[in-house]
Amino acid sequence: MLSIAGLTTDHGQVRALDDVTFDVPAGSLTAVIGANGAGKTTLLRTVTGLVKPTSGTVRWYSQDLLCLPTEQLVRHGVAHVPEGRSVVAELTVSENLQLGALWRGKDPDVQIARDEVLALFPILSERLGQRADTLSGGERQMLAIARALIARPKLLLLDEPSLGLAPLIVEQIFQTLDRLRKESGLTVVLVEQNAVSALEIADHAVLLSLGQIVVSGSAKLIEKDTQLRHAYLGY
Amino acid sequence: MQQFLNTLVSGASLGSIYSLMALAMILVWRSTRVVNFAQAGQAVLSTYVGLEIHRITHSYVLTLVVAIIFGAIFGALVDLLLVRPLLRRVGDGPIAAVAPVIVTLGLLGALQGFVGLVWGGEYRSFPAAFSQDGINIGTMKIPFSQFDFFILLVTLAVMLTFAYIFQRSGLGLAMRAAAFEPEVAQLAGVRVARVRTIGWAFAGAAGALAGALITPTTLLAPNSLDLLLVFGFTAAVLGGLESLVGGVVGGFLLGLGLAFVVAYLGGSFTFMTAFVVLIVVLLVRPQGLIGARRMRNA
Repeated sequence: MLSIAGLTTDHGQVRALDDVTFDVPAGSLTAVIGANGAGKTTLLRTVTGLVKPTSGTVRWYSQDLLCLPTEQLVRHGVAHVPEGRSVVAELTVSENLQLGALWRGKDPDVQIARDEVLALFPILSERLGQRADTLSGGERQMLAIARALIARPKLLLLDEPSLGLAPLIVEQIFQTLDRLRKESGLTVVLVEQNAVSALEIADHAVLLSLGQIVVSGSAKLIEKDTQLRHAYLGY
Repeated sequence: MQQFLNTLVSGASLGSIYSLMALAMILVWRSTRVVNFAQAGQAVLSTYVGLEIHRITHSYVLTLVVAIIFGAIFGALVDLLLVRPLLRRVGDGPIAAVAPVIVTLGLLGALQGFVGLVWGGEYRSFPAAFSQDGINIGTMKIPFSQFDFFILLVTLAVMLTFAYIFQRSGLGLAMRAAAFEPEVAQLAGVRVARVRTIGWAFAGAAGALAGALITPTTLLAPNSLDLLLVFGFTAAVLGGLESLVGGVVGGFLLGLGLAFVVAYLGGSFTFMTAFVVLIVVLLVRPQGLIGARRMRNA
């Protein structure tokens, strides 16, 4: 499981994360929700070493993630899909997938994993030879997730996969995520501003505001808490 | 008509060397976002090293091979010992954009000073692989020599090798991903810093080859490759500074263009023309003639 303890990150003078502590049980889907600027993205970027924390620890089972360089994380089963449909626009769809499995070398399982992610996102099979910058927003997001999944991660960190996408596409991506983790036992941390959709498929939720945890617990309970929703989620 | 053909072939031969230099500049720019003005200094140093090898062994093949390998290793060292620590120190600070430019210009001066100290400032001749005399076809003598033919063949081979590495190999895929989206590459497990250093090594090798191929014509002195730097950079900008194919096309266009300027306007126009081309391209088509248009997320 993933254990985050006392995680504090500063951007210059601004404290972006303030003493954040929570656990993500193995095989669960935990949604991290909150308004813009709550520190959700910083949380994920700190976990994968793209931003250096001021203090705190992040453990994935017995492995201290903060002492690993970012490029090693995928070799420890941790995949991060950053905000903004993070694919390499100049590469083809096929090359983006290949990139995700590059570190696995000639492992014969790469081909199997590739077939599996293409089965999850069939539209990508029709786009294999196209440059990623010719894809629609939804297809790009699918490619970004597929690029992460082809590495067969145990822990998937997703940053705002719904950002700027049509509701129907968001629904489709979230259904796929839900199916995926139920079938494969994948542990997912889903950072979302779109709290409604995220809470629907999440087991647990962490509500962040101004870098601090307001509440964490069962997603169902938070979903039902009208006061919390009004105060922090705006619906 | 004969003059036209002559100009065409000599332009192609020069253009292929400019292309090599352009490739070197582009490889560094793509991987590190630094315009490496020291490329000419690195190439001069590797060419002097090649000259020493030739003095000892009298083998042209060995001269060329050692110069290229030396150029690759030295390129990697420039990144490891100078550029990488520098970028780490300046970070995103106010001098981040200009610091690498100053450092590579400084390195250019330092390298030229160094080779001047060791080998002296006078012009030296450098061996060519084959005769530089024009080929006789019947009674007609064309200025295209066996060595020109060799230059074209070698640069073509190098470009095909680069094309293969970049388009077909895992290393090439990692290099392209690291160049365009370092963060995504890193998260996918690419050792981005290492891949960048390999880019610098490739650039060093390409620059060394360009230096060794042009020096039989220009002779060797501490600053004898300055023009090559200008032409290589102009070719790279012509191609958009981002695309390897663009750099090759830019190099040939510039080589041919300058050859025609020399033939029809006179040699004193070359230097000026290159700079005029550079400025016009940057003003009119900053994305390059071939336009590696980058459609970003926005």
